[in-house]
Amino acid sequence: MDKVLNSNIKTAFHLLNEGKIAATDLIKASLEKAQRLNKYNAFVTITNNEAKKQSEESVSRYDTKKPRSQLDGIPVAIKDNFCTCGIRTTCGSEMLRNFTPTYNSTVYERLRNSGAVLIGKTNLDQFAMGSGTVDSIFGPTKNHWGFTEEQFHISGGSSGGSAVAVATGMCFAAIGSDTGGSTRNPASYCGLVGLKPTYGLVSRHGLIPLVNSMDVPGILTRYVDDCVSVLNTVAGFDPKDSTSLTKPYKSIKLPSANKLSIKNLKVGIPDEYHCEHLNSEILQTWNEIATFLHENGATVKPVSMPHTEYSIVCYSILNQCEVASNMARYDGVEFGFRAKENSSTEKLFATSRSLGFNEVVRNRILTGNYFLLTRNYDKYFNKALKVRRLILQDFDNVWEQVQVLLTPTTLTTAPLYKDFAQKTNREQCALQDYCTQPANMAGIPAVTIPVKLSSNGMPISLQLMGRNLSEPMLLAVAKFIENAVQFKHKTI
Amino acid sequence: MFNKFTHHFRRDCHLCRRTRRLFSSKAGANNQWNSVVGLEVHAQINTTSKLFSGASTKFSAPVNANVALFDCAIPGTLPVLNKKCVEFGVLTALALNCRINPVSTFDRKHYFYADLPAGYQITQQRHPLANDGRLEFQVFSPGVHKAPYKRQVRIKQLQLEQDSGKSLHDTDRSLVDLNRAGVPLMEVVFEPDLSDGEEAAALVKELIAILQRLGTCSCKMEEGALRVDANVSINRQGEALGVRTEIKNIGSVRGVAGAIRYEIERQIQVKESGGAVENETRAWDALGKVTVSMRDKEQVQDYRYMPEPNLPPLHVAMGPVSQGCVSVDSLKSSLPELPEGTRVRLRESSGLTLEQSIILVNDSSLLNLFEDVWRAKKIEGKLLANLLINEYTSILNKMDLEPSQFSFNSDYFGEIAVLLQNGEITRNTVKLVLDEIIQGSTKRPLEIVREKNWLQITDEDALRQLCQEALDQNEKVVKQYKGGKTKVFKALLGYVATKSKQRADMKKCDKILKELLNKQ
Repeated sequence: MDKVLNSNIKTAFHLLNEGKIAATDLIKASLEKAQRLNKYNAFVTITNNEAKKQSEESVSRYDTKKPRSQLDGIPVAIKDNFCTCGIRTTCGSEMLRNFTPTYNSTVYERLRNSGAVLIGKTNLDQFAMGSGTVDSIFGPTKNHWGFTEEQFHISGGSSGGSAVAVATGMCFAAIGSDTGGSTRNPASYCGLVGLKPTYGLVSRHGLIPLVNSMDVPGILTRYVDDCVSVLNTVAGFDPKDSTSLTKPYKSIKLPSANKLSIKNLKVGIPDEYHCEHLNSEILQTWNEIATFLHENGATVKPVSMPHTEYSIVCYSILNQCEVASNMARYDGVEFGFRAKENSSTEKLFATSRSLGFNEVVRNRILTGNYFLLTRNYDKYFNKALKVRRLILQDFDNVWEQVQVLLTPTTLTTAPLYKDFAQKTNREQCALQDYCTQPANMAGIPAVTIPVKLSSNGMPISLQLMGRNLSEPMLLAVAKFIENAVQFKHKTI
Repeated sequence: MFNKFTHHFRRDCHLCRRTRRLFSSKAGANNQWNSVVGLEVHAQINTTSKLFSGASTKFSAPVNANVALFDCAIPGTLPVLNKKCVEFGVLTALALNCRINPVSTFDRKHYFYADLPAGYQITQQRHPLANDGRLEFQVFSPGVHKAPYKRQVRIKQLQLEQDSGKSLHDTDRSLVDLNRAGVPLMEVVFEPDLSDGEEAAALVKELIAILQRLGTCSCKMEEGALRVDANVSINRQGEALGVRTEIKNIGSVRGVAGAIRYEIERQIQVKESGGAVENETRAWDALGKVTVSMRDKEQVQDYRYMPEPNLPPLHVAMGPVSQGCVSVDSLKSSLPELPEGTRVRLRESSGLTLEQSIILVNDSSLLNLFEDVWRAKKIEGKLLANLLINEYTSILNKMDLEPSQFSFNSDYFGEIAVLLQNGEITRNTVKLVLDEIIQGSTKRPLEIVREKNWLQITDEDALRQLCQEALDQNEKVVKQYKGGKTKVFKALLGYVATKSKQRADMKKCDKILKELLNKQ
């Protein structure tokens, strides 16, 4: 059964549909594997009971030849910042350690309705604030690439748990969230396909927010086709999210790899992504793929996006302002952690918040509130909004010349935990988000695709970006590359 | 309470009149001070569900029964704007002659309070739904003003926002009720164009009349559906405006007048005794009839406003296009007759006086009764209005009832008015009949009048007989009268009235009595 788990959704669906395997057995194997590989710390909660129940329901649907979709009976995992009714949702934090929502996020609701089976909630940095999955109260998630008993590489983050769950083959797909690269970064470090959809294409209802104006649910899979299956399930208008796009979603159908062509595709290589910290092996991979695309009929040309370097600082201001605001609700009154403090309401707020949040969260709240003070608003928040518009303009100008941008996803391969942990959260994010975060500023879709292994055996990935709602084209190009590079996954 | 100068002015009528002319202030007795008043009104939008969630807005529901997940700020929930609130906001803004903004936005206003679950309130601070309105209204409180006068006030902005919840503080614990959290409000910010409490009260009355006419707010102040904050400052004529205080959450129209009057007088006292008015928030103690400082609660707050990222800009369609959330043009065409229009109509087509039109329009139940009777019966407008304003209201008053608390059958009321107009009953009998019906009689007025033998005595002979008896029984009075003390004539009239149990046609009696006296 592990062999099935390590395959792709289409294969598993055929086996289920032809009755060669039962959903209950597949889910059982999936749960057992998640348990067996708990040393990687991918999960905060493994949802044994729900998964078993859901798989039994799936079996009866297959028995009556009425599977709900290709995802019926397929094990999936969801990042622990998506609300799941009756299943605790912690955000990796003390504040929500015992928080059990009474409603489902739209993403989970749609997956459930398609028959997919939730096997667990995955680990993350507290409130998704990080790029390593090292800041969770449940401990760091470990990358299985290059893992030894002595040391380990970080999984990337903040959706590191989702990445490891898929990369090891505990499940076929996982939902992450992506605010500055939180889906693409761990996908890149763990050798996965990671999609950040267009802002508004996938509902945020039930996603515990980090930065509302940039958050999107992300998808992590081993194969592009699997990513398409999940996207087709979760995308589309949701009346519960006022920022979700009302335009009806058209399911994506990609042709088989040998029928794909990139002839005359215009590919841009942005100069500004050649930053000084870019690892030479990654640069080399970037050049190789650019050459490969050119050789296959694409027009590849350098483009300029002059405001890229300001993106990180601008993002940092907007992020902290929204964090300060979004975190104001955690006061220990209606839900979440409440300190044993009865002397006054103010004291209750203060103590609950200082005990419930880690230092990263508290720092961002403090800085964000500073930026939002009336006397600072124009100097910081408003200026950041203006810079954001300039970054958007950079993209708009580029789309006049090319259809897709090819860039690195991360500047290096997954660092060792012991090296990473020495840096401050701010340094970690500034470095790790450099290539991914502009797409969040602009709201455009981006996908990361694993290409090859570095000399020390860690995955190297590249990122494709396109204009709003260009997912069909982006994923087709990703599939073209996927087919050419034949990246060897390291499922266990 | 009044200062030295005022006493001086009051004693000297000539001076008093002169000062009134010199100073535009309406601050009553405190003529040398100019007072400036501005209002902010929070009106609950009359919808069945909340501004951003599907929870009910029903008043007096069990504690924490009207709470959607969004209303208690459960993580991951998002606001979804209630379209009806936008429609009602636009309608109200149109009635207040505001400029509707084709695009408005929502902001988060941050502060920590136990009954504010999200830690911020969603409001429209930077780009509200509407700006720059103006409203003309009549100021007239019988007993305070001899005659009505017109005032105009500008409206700075009208914005949509959420209400907060309610905290209940016990001795050893605090409880929170979130039924009100997220209830839709329109905040109407008026420019400080008013001079005193009576003008402010008149403005609130006019606003209530408009909102009730539109149906956009119930205006039940006792339920907190309409709350008034007043900014008050005083300055000497020709000098810069004084430091203002803000009186929060005044819960009745009389409270508005009372609180502002008190506050103006308090500020005058402070300044006259050499003190300085502090910029502070005060509360109106309706029982003690004083404003009290809320200093302990109100530190200087920076609300750290931020655009609400979960709500796209609100577009309303202007002109003949259908994009956007609601169409301003079609709402405009659905505007009903507004109070000022009604007052003009009542004067022009029903012949009412300005005062009568003001009083009726200020009380929608009186007005409705008037309109119903007027439509059905041929009655002189002034007479009918007087009946409603005087006899009817005074009887209700005696029983401690407001016109809105009693629904009087308009058909019966018309019958009473006709009886009076035709001289079949006297004004006094009108009161008796009204009383009977309000006390619970279900009989028709005419039936009551007949049964009780209350028809007016109009028969000349009968009246003459009554009048003669009056003269015969009051020889002393007659003598006084003849001696030139004509004032005593009233005593004779009184005798006739009493003797006839108020049924005599007094106009006729007046004539007959004079005839008889002259004959003697």
